[in-house]
Amino acid sequence: MMDIPGLYNYWIVIVLMMTGFYVVIARGNLVKKIVGLNIFQTSVFILYITMGKVEGGTAPIVVEGADVIYSNPLPHVLILTAIVVGIATTALGLALIVRIKEAYGTVEEDEIFAKDESA
Amino acid sequence: MSGDNAILLAILIPLVGAVLIALTGRQPNLREAMTLGTAGLLFIVVLTLVPEVSGGGRPQATLIEMLPGLPLAFEVEPLGMLFGLVASGLWIVNSVYSIGYMRANNEQNQTRFYVCFAIAISSTMGIAFAGNMMTLFVFYEVLTLSTYPLVTHKGNEDAQRGGRTYLGILLSTSIGLQLLAILWTWQVAGTLDFTAGGILSGKASGPVVGILLLLYMYGIGKAALMPLHRWLPAAMVAPTPVSALLHAVAVVKAGVFTVMKVAVYIFGLDLLRDTGHGQWLAYIAAATILIASLVAMTKNNLKARLAYSTISQLGYVVLGAALANDWSVIGGSMQIAMHAMGKITLFFCAGAIYTATHKTEISEMTGLGRVMPFTFGAFLIGALSVIGLPPLGGSWSKWYLMLGAAEASQVVMIAVLMVSSLLNVAYLIPIVARGFFLPAPQSTPQPVSVGAAAAPRPRIQEAPLFCVAPLCMTALGCVLLFFFATPLYRLLEPIVAP
Amino acid sequence: MIAAHLPVLQIVVPLVAAPFCLLLRRGTWAWILSSIVCLAALVIAATLLSQVLESGPISYELGGWAPPWGIEYRVDVLNAFLLLIVSATGAIVLPYARRSVAHEIPESQHGGFYTALLLCFTGLLGVAITGDAFNLFVFLEISSLSSYVLIAMGRDRRALTAAFQYLVMGTIGATFIVIGIGLLYMATGTLNMADLGARLPAVGANRTVLAAFAFLTVGATLKLALFPLHFWLPNAYAYAPSVVTAFLAATATKVSIYILLRFFFTIFGPTFAAEDITLQRLVVPLAVIAVLVCSTVAIFQSNVKRMLAYSSIAQIGYMMIGIGFDTVTGLTAGIVHLFNHAATKGGLFLALGCVVLRIGSCQLDDLAGLGRRMPLTMFSFVLGGLSLIGVPLTAGFVSKWYLVQAAIEQDNWLVAVAILVGSLLAIIYVWRVVEVAYLRPAPEGTPAGGIEAPWSMLVPTWILIGASIYFGIETSLNVGVASAAARFLLGVAG
Repeated sequence: MMDIPGLYNYWIVIVLMMTGFYVVIARGNLVKKIVGLNIFQTSVFILYITMGKVEGGTAPIVVEGADVIYSNPLPHVLILTAIVVGIATTALGLALIVRIKEAYGTVEEDEIFAKDESA
Repeated sequence: MSGDNAILLAILIPLVGAVLIALTGRQPNLREAMTLGTAGLLFIVVLTLVPEVSGGGRPQATLIEMLPGLPLAFEVEPLGMLFGLVASGLWIVNSVYSIGYMRANNEQNQTRFYVCFAIAISSTMGIAFAGNMMTLFVFYEVLTLSTYPLVTHKGNEDAQRGGRTYLGILLSTSIGLQLLAILWTWQVAGTLDFTAGGILSGKASGPVVGILLLLYMYGIGKAALMPLHRWLPAAMVAPTPVSALLHAVAVVKAGVFTVMKVAVYIFGLDLLRDTGHGQWLAYIAAATILIASLVAMTKNNLKARLAYSTISQLGYVVLGAALANDWSVIGGSMQIAMHAMGKITLFFCAGAIYTATHKTEISEMTGLGRVMPFTFGAFLIGALSVIGLPPLGGSWSKWYLMLGAAEASQVVMIAVLMVSSLLNVAYLIPIVARGFFLPAPQSTPQPVSVGAAAAPRPRIQEAPLFCVAPLCMTALGCVLLFFFATPLYRLLEPIVAP
Repeated sequence: MIAAHLPVLQIVVPLVAAPFCLLLRRGTWAWILSSIVCLAALVIAATLLSQVLESGPISYELGGWAPPWGIEYRVDVLNAFLLLIVSATGAIVLPYARRSVAHEIPESQHGGFYTALLLCFTGLLGVAITGDAFNLFVFLEISSLSSYVLIAMGRDRRALTAAFQYLVMGTIGATFIVIGIGLLYMATGTLNMADLGARLPAVGANRTVLAAFAFLTVGATLKLALFPLHFWLPNAYAYAPSVVTAFLAATATKVSIYILLRFFFTIFGPTFAAEDITLQRLVVPLAVIAVLVCSTVAIFQSNVKRMLAYSSIAQIGYMMIGIGFDTVTGLTAGIVHLFNHAATKGGLFLALGCVVLRIGSCQLDDLAGLGRRMPLTMFSFVLGGLSLIGVPLTAGFVSKWYLVQAAIEQDNWLVAVAILVGSLLAIIYVWRVVEVAYLRPAPEGTPAGGIEAPWSMLVPTWILIGASIYFGIETSLNVGVASAAARFLLGVAG
């Protein structure tokens, strides 16, 4: 009894997660690995944002006198932090790639490996 | 001085000695004085314990609670007293000998040598006086590690290989088997204190006893029970004083001493006898005795032959424990002292021969007896003691072991003991005979002198005094032990009749 | 007044100091500042531990927001112990860092180095102290990101690839943890770990909770390098600067193990792990394989630092065996080993750092003759090695004693034997180094005379090595606290 349309977001999450994961593992290009990592992390962001949604809820703003249903803001806040962490990770990863490129002259994993072996 | 302090002192003195030796390393004479002083002091301290122990007292001391319920604790009982006396007494003689040997052979790193030696003796004292299996194990391992630098003293390829075998077998058996056995005992009995009658009796039964016994016997690699004996010949790469004290006295005796302790105080003789597990151990011991003797006959290198002889003689002690009756245990325990005195004499002689002539192979020693009469005389006495002929100390331990075998109605074991003595004769006596009765090889053609009735008597050329004096003393010790065995017997009696 | 705010000061002091290190630019000043900070952190951690031992867990409400809504810092026996390990390592390593860093890292990067080190320090302390699951993730990322930077500062260019590999694996691990935390939040609506622990039994083991358990377990085991998720570790340890290797080896994996302990026992509770997912069947076999395989691999390494790195993975295996048993003795063994191994391995890596300072290499063959040329350093290495093997009178023995005992208690003879076989393998890899250092002569043309490391490096090395001997003889602190922590985690009185 899979409520496929209702769980649409979660399916997207899983597809993105697996795509990202696959890219990280399968690609030898370091930049592509970072891209994969980003996709992977993004899926988690969507997971968090999705779970905060309350059906029929509005933005969580307190309105004087009115008793409104609003979505849970906490996951959004949490994921803001996670996004920051993700950006830091990406920045650091890219910085490392630049240094690797300087040191090895390539960003392909197998070539780097070969250079280390021959060295 | 109370016994309790004496125990701690016995362990502490050599350690302090080690520090002093290290500090005085630059002045060899002062350093050697430190060694001798420490050795003498230690022996005196150990002696002060004797009256109390033989009077039935059990001095105790606790150092520190290492793990909950498992303190580093000491308790002197007769067996440990005996072992402590033997090791500390022979250390004095051996120190004198070491000085002669190391100087005459211009060995390197002498300070390290004496320091490690002192630490080894300290841990031997710890083993002798250990009050529980945990303490014994701790010092057992310290002994292994502190003797490693001694075994590899020469620092060459051979030493490295020998050291590897030495450490490999001793550490892996003790950690792999003995520690497991100890933990298991702890689990089953809830204590590791050495207790008269055994802590496992009534707690363990059936196959568990057998497995534990196997783990212990092979876990105590220092007892050199075949097939885990390889380390002992390997350790012969060490300088001779090391072989003499450690591999004839302290280390191997620590092994068989532990075997005795385990048999008497962990299992209890009744348990061993009633479950019948002593039986197969006796056969392993018997096989070790015979096979090692046979191997010894094939060795041309003197030290290697003595090493295999040691393995064989250690089998006697294990046999004594395995037969598990009063006579056999007394015999086995006496063997610790008797064999120590005999074998140290033999090793001293081997070292003296090497120092004086740089010969290591038996086939080269033809006619040497006339050049080194004292050395070969002492060798003869030591050999006869190891064989077990009166009037030498070794005869007593064999006698009691025979009695023990008879008590256990083990005709096979009586036969093994007799055959073994014959084998001992076969591999030890020819060395002396070759030395005294065969003419020395004529390396340079003698000038032909008409009328010379006989070749001139060869000049006596002994090793330095510091080498010869100790070996004469230990040879004398072998004789004395025959005539004064009664105090020894009295001391050991309470082990079997608490 | 200050006493009440100790939990937060533990974090804030190093966090605030970190950017100053960058501003100070001059390496020496940055070093002085970080040393002071680490010492202060040590004092705070020690005070916290004594407070906890005296009067039970401390709860601190960050910003005055009451838990479970606000972030809570919660100090109990377990994490007070961990705070002590981390801050003590920091305080001991820093005096050492000066000479070693000056030798291995270019002058211009010193400010950055100490900044990253302090941030890493903050992150590790934060993970340990926080009572909030998401906050834990944030601190974990602070420590991870800064440790990638630290590793990348290694002299060898392979340090860069090692750091990158660690970055990818570490990020995957951390993201798994976030997913797990998210799923738990979905199931319970709370992020406070104690609160989670209280609410989860009511939710039961439904699919969301089980998925959360799986994600958290995999994420944490990735971070702590449990076999077979350990591939990032050997290179990272081998090519990082010496100081960093010692610091991370003593703290980072230990903190990750702490995370796992928290997840298993505080959040899911011992019964969940034992009943719904048989922890023993899951973790213990992997841990045993880790011990055997990685000890064997360590034997064949030609780089001593790499060898010790593999040994670390094996030692983590020991800890996981203890944790996997899920009994008081087992957990005590695991936690005690966590502490003992931190001291031992930290000391060993510091000793290697001394070697690198003097001969510029830690290839096994280059160590020939060092026993004579650097007697104090190499002797400390031997003692540390003995502790790795588990020789009596060293800390390693105490851990193995409890570990084997835990195995025997469960009648798990295979594991008991495996633990001892692991020790035997350790003899081999330790003794390879000893033989080369002591029995092989120095190569021709080496100048005679000692090249002993400077005191500023020897003293920290010997403090850690001395600790690994001391805690093998006088065990009331490490065993006492560990068994208290184990009882606390399992909810056993006493």
